Amino acid sequence: MSEDSTRRIDRSQMHISTEVAIDIRNMNKWYGSFHVLRDIDLTVHRGERIVIAGPSGSGKSTLIRCINRLEEHQSGHIVVDGIELTNDIKNIDKVRSEVGMVFQHFNLFPHLTVLENCTLAPIWVRKQPRRQAEETAMHFLTKVKIPEQAHKYPGQLSGGQQQRVAIARSLCMQPRIMLFDEPTSALDPEMIKEVLDTMIELAEDGMTMICVTHEMGFAQAVANRVIFMDQGQIVEQNEPREFFNNPQSERTKLFLSQILGH
Amino acid sequence: MSDTHAQTVPFVRETMLPPADPPLREAGAVRWLRENLFSGPANTVLTILGFLIIWFLVSHFWDWIAHSVWNADSLADCRRIIAETWGEGARGACWAVIRERWNQYVFGFYPVELYWRPTMAFGLLFVALTPVLFSASVMIRRIVLVLTTVLTLWAMTVLGAPAVWLAFAAVVLVGALAVSERRVSWLLVFSILYPLMGVWFLWGGSAWGPVMVLMGPVLGWIAWRLLSGLSPMAAAVAALVVPVLWWLLYAGTAARDAEALVSLAIPAVASDRFGGFLLSITIGVAGIAMSLPLGIVLALARRSDMFLVKSLAVIFIEFIRGVPLIALLFVASLLLNYFLPPGTTFDIILRVIIMVTLFAAAYMAEVIRGGLAALPKGQYEAADALGLDYWKAQRLIVLPQALKISIPGIVSTFIGMFKDTTLVTFVGLYDPLKSMSDAVRASTSWKGIYWEPYIFVGAIFFLICFGMSRYSMYLERRLARDHR
Repeated sequence: MSEDSTRRIDRSQMHISTEVAIDIRNMNKWYGSFHVLRDIDLTVHRGERIVIAGPSGSGKSTLIRCINRLEEHQSGHIVVDGIELTNDIKNIDKVRSEVGMVFQHFNLFPHLTVLENCTLAPIWVRKQPRRQAEETAMHFLTKVKIPEQAHKYPGQLSGGQQQRVAIARSLCMQPRIMLFDEPTSALDPEMIKEVLDTMIELAEDGMTMICVTHEMGFAQAVANRVIFMDQGQIVEQNEPREFFNNPQSERTKLFLSQILGH
Repeated sequence: MSDTHAQTVPFVRETMLPPADPPLREAGAVRWLRENLFSGPANTVLTILGFLIIWFLVSHFWDWIAHSVWNADSLADCRRIIAETWGEGARGACWAVIRERWNQYVFGFYPVELYWRPTMAFGLLFVALTPVLFSASVMIRRIVLVLTTVLTLWAMTVLGAPAVWLAFAAVVLVGALAVSERRVSWLLVFSILYPLMGVWFLWGGSAWGPVMVLMGPVLGWIAWRLLSGLSPMAAAVAALVVPVLWWLLYAGTAARDAEALVSLAIPAVASDRFGGFLLSITIGVAGIAMSLPLGIVLALARRSDMFLVKSLAVIFIEFIRGVPLIALLFVASLLLNYFLPPGTTFDIILRVIIMVTLFAAAYMAEVIRGGLAALPKGQYEAADALGLDYWKAQRLIVLPQALKISIPGIVSTFIGMFKDTTLVTFVGLYDPLKSMSDAVRASTSWKGIYWEPYIFVGAIFFLICFGMSRYSMYLERRLARDHR
């Protein structure tokens, strides 16, 4: 685990407002006849940093992919930033442009340079002038500490650099919520830290974040709430200290003993 | 136990090793020969066998090629010269037929005094293609455009083009060179206008026809601008409907009236005068230019979530791929007449172009579908997650990558289609290979000559197809980005 690699952060700067960013009620999802998500209820306030943990196949990724409608839910309600996700394409595109997403495998566009990756959506979705989009992109590339790579292609970068580009690409759309789908799982151990550091800085800036990860050190350092999922259900949620030191459910205890026990 | 222990004494490296050159064994040609031709017994046997086969082929054809005759009036004349020069019973090629009839192979039965028109159209074709094919390199553009300018103006002069048109071509060619040096994307305007221009140069008639066709999109754009403030939906419909109505109802009469008012006509040439490579290249270029966009649309339709769109695409693709091209050409030449109102004349070359395009587009769609399927799902998801809508995601993310993957298949389809243009012989058009050679043999002078015309036509087909193949390899290299 990388507890030691994660620096302590200043939680006093991170303000959680009473404003609701994401509201999920009675949400259910099936793949065919397989019930992947069961009666999910989750309210996320602006400024919260939530880590979702759980064994593979527990529905963590599916849950956050429902939040920007990469997956469709079959019953219940998901309201993001006051917009309910329905079949209305306009609403979906609007939510997607407000919610940034970082994937396990980066999913950068290999035929575009790093800078073009970052300016594409601002130019074509937000209709920003190219110059302004490039300035924003350079700002965020500087923030993730790779401005010198702007004119390279993603294939020329290391995994950690690619993931930081992916984060910068999402930030260029100035999202109000960021979703992270196992952002460090595909990285070599040496590169995990640089990505986690970037995410911590983002948290310090007050970004609302939901992060599916196995980095329990990150959860302890950054999250204000840890959610444990198993078999498509939210089994336990608590603030991180309680969650790790005093888990209530047997499933959680078993999971934590497996993941932290070595 | 003690053995292994002895191996694992503590060790710390103090200096890192610098990289060294690989060991030099035998270098140069000897090594190459040994590695590639004589690496083992089997390879050695195959090498010797290969050389024997090459020797057999070359020795067989050598006399025939060495005893070529270029100056003769007829096949009999050729044979006489060969017998006189190399003795009775010697074999030899009679290229004199190409020397005498090359113009038919190139221009078909196009009026001789108008040969300069297809020549100019062909030269300007390269101007139209340059910004599309060579957008990345100003050096290649310079070479292509300078060569095109020199060759086109030379050929037009030789073929007796009027001074006005020579001046026109010179202005366009030199202007294109100037534009290409500064802002190559502006040349795309010429590329868009070229199809109408090319059709006018080839078939002649009044320039008002192409101009009135061009008015369609212009009117559609005006309608769109006027209505877009009221309702985007109505504007989109109007932008599509207005041009079609214009073409169907008014374009013809408008062109006639305008022609009566101000005549812009050049001598018309009917479709039955077309033949040879003029015909092949006309059909081939039109088919290539139209089948790629149609193929893209079909491939996207086949992957669509919408049941009806998907079903129509599947039915179309499977039907076209399941039917021989010749059957479609027969449909074009015979059946279409039944469906058209009596008295309408619908140009046979246009009909053939439509059929060839549909045929190539079905194959193109499958090739491109392969490219689309090869794209990782994450690319679609990333595009979605950034809020790009379907068309923007396709245009900016999916198609650039899918088309790049499909380049070899796309170019293979182009090459296949270009060679298939020789099949138009079955609907009575003069393709260069069969019909034109038959026409040449129909004269008593060249009765019985087979090899030479076929080799000549084959060589030109090879040059064009090899050019396309090399271009596709250049493009693949240029676009290779993910493996650097």
